[in-house]
Amino acid sequence: MEKFEKLTGIAAPMPLVNIDTDMIIPKVFLKSIQRTGFGVNLFDEMRYNRDGSEIEDFVLNKPQYRNAEILVAGDNFGCGSSREHAPWAIKDFGIRCVISTSFADIFFNNCFKNGILPIVLPQEVVDVLMKDAEKGANARMEIDLEAQTITTSDGEVFSFDVDPFKKHCLMEGLDDIGLTLEKKASVDAFEARAAAERPWV
Amino acid sequence: MSPKTLYDKIWDAHLAHEAEDGTCLLYIDRHLVHEVTSPQAFEGLRMAGRTVRAPEKTIAVPDHNVPTTLDRAKGIDNEESRIQVEALDKNAKEFGIHYYPVSDVRQGIVHIVGPEQGWTLPGMTVVCGDSHTATHGAFGALAHGIGTSEVEHVLATQTLIQQKSKNMKVEVTGKLKPGVTAKDITLAVIGETGTAGGTGYVIEYCGEAIRDLSMEGRMTVCNMAIEGGARAGLIAPDETTYAYVKGRPHAPTGEQWDAALAWWKTLYTDEDAHFDKIVTLKGEDIQPVVTWGTSPEDVLPITATVPHPEDFEGGKVEAARRSLEYMGLKAGQKLTDIEIDTVFIGSCTNGRIEDLRAVAEVVKGKKIKDGMRAMIVPGSGLVRAQAEEEGLAEIFKASGFEWRLAGCSMCLAMNPDQLSEGERCAATSNRNFEGRQGYKGRTHLVSPAMAAAAALTGRLTDIRELM
Repeated sequence: MEKFEKLTGIAAPMPLVNIDTDMIIPKVFLKSIQRTGFGVNLFDEMRYNRDGSEIEDFVLNKPQYRNAEILVAGDNFGCGSSREHAPWAIKDFGIRCVISTSFADIFFNNCFKNGILPIVLPQEVVDVLMKDAEKGANARMEIDLEAQTITTSDGEVFSFDVDPFKKHCLMEGLDDIGLTLEKKASVDAFEARAAAERPWV
Repeated sequence: MSPKTLYDKIWDAHLAHEAEDGTCLLYIDRHLVHEVTSPQAFEGLRMAGRTVRAPEKTIAVPDHNVPTTLDRAKGIDNEESRIQVEALDKNAKEFGIHYYPVSDVRQGIVHIVGPEQGWTLPGMTVVCGDSHTATHGAFGALAHGIGTSEVEHVLATQTLIQQKSKNMKVEVTGKLKPGVTAKDITLAVIGETGTAGGTGYVIEYCGEAIRDLSMEGRMTVCNMAIEGGARAGLIAPDETTYAYVKGRPHAPTGEQWDAALAWWKTLYTDEDAHFDKIVTLKGEDIQPVVTWGTSPEDVLPITATVPHPEDFEGGKVEAARRSLEYMGLKAGQKLTDIEIDTVFIGSCTNGRIEDLRAVAEVVKGKKIKDGMRAMIVPGSGLVRAQAEEEGLAEIFKASGFEWRLAGCSMCLAMNPDQLSEGERCAATSNRNFEGRQGYKGRTHLVSPAMAAAAALTGRLTDIRELM
């Protein structure tokens, strides 16, 4: 997995609440058996007309946000399905960090598996960051995972919380499966004990 | 020992490892797999030279992409869909996991097949690369959706890296009024808590109205726990649960049944156990409900009118305005005046036999409205067979419904069952998101009985008017 340490980039504002996984990547694009190539269809129905032409006023189609690497979004971002195609599409587009007041549980976990940092902050902070993002391409935010800070284009600094284990994995680009396999002895012992206690499972 | 919730008990019984920083490895008893969220996971195993740790605990069935038309034996027209299903065929065989192919009568929606075959049992941990895995919580199993990376993790290690959620209790007291169903309960709860109200929690549903539900009804309630943002929904097992499970193909028998039953009877929330959040609804206050917008929290009693965006606060004002525009509705319009083009009955929310019986009761001897497109998609081949045996299929066909083969169908419209632009549907499924049932399609979520009523009248209808 690609490491996440520090990111300085353009933030795109998407204040809409309840942006669901069907909006992020509609199901017609879930038929691939690959993990890549979804970026072009990120937010497909909001981003393109039926004939494939771009909808001009959609944020990521605006010249100043085409290279956005950060998304500042409304409440409950990523609600809906478990499809990891949603973070795959976000990552494939080039976005590495999403900021909101809340995220749906499965989407939140899926981000960390793909080198994306989701950051939860209180409404008043998200409001400040949303305003900063609305300034466009000249306003770059800086995300420092090590220090757990976000610096706005005005130099205002906000700190954020992140689970220590998830932070460690993200900063080192670690493979979860490899880490878990190191604990094989514990799992073997648990499995043997559970099989004795609940043989019907 | 301090009193524990049901969730605490199942969690503790599956904790395989806990690191110093609190990161836990939860052992997984059942891993359900379908064709959409698994190909990349199997490919990941292959690339890393890994195997499936517990193939005997891994069960696969294709459901999202499969056609539901009667001629599906001829194969899948859409090339990408066909490739996905073929990939599952191949992966199931190569990794030696249990498999119900499209041609098997037991094939169906993964969350209907699991319980039906007795794979899902009380006190288990159940995961699947699908958010509606919450369904299995109806058995008092800790069940939730996972992403594809986690699918690969479970395949390789039979565990999941987890942090414990908080405990939330949703109590529905008293009796339901006639015409009110499990679907109305679960939608009413989301209407109360919002789609993020359960975020960070596992919900335990309890109270007389929940206890009175059949297993089918309990599965409907837990199915939509995810729509309320919760990781999982749970209902403590009881005699209703044991009666449903007993005799299923993969349920324990003989001495093992007795041992299992003894353990299952310990699976309840202790008196005085702590809940971090409690929501209480009175069963008698719940009415037949319908969604008007593009989020499952946009729910109102069928007797209400379409709300004004200004009725809301914060970001929801703009979201409601957008929803009304998308849905082609005007604030103040009576919900019962909304005309419907299509009725979809099925899905892991409402594709079980009890749901079909409820529909038959409403439509028996009646015809659906002229020009109405109405389809019934049973949740599994066995549900279909049972409906035929009970004479329900004849009732549906005589009323003018299409009687389909099993699959996810128009719930998420990955197969050819889709809404066209502007087409308005009363659906028994679980999501009314923009584009969910087809590009620019308009979805109103309802119970099976309400969907049946809408099919007859051609508009959203209060089922109580037809009773």
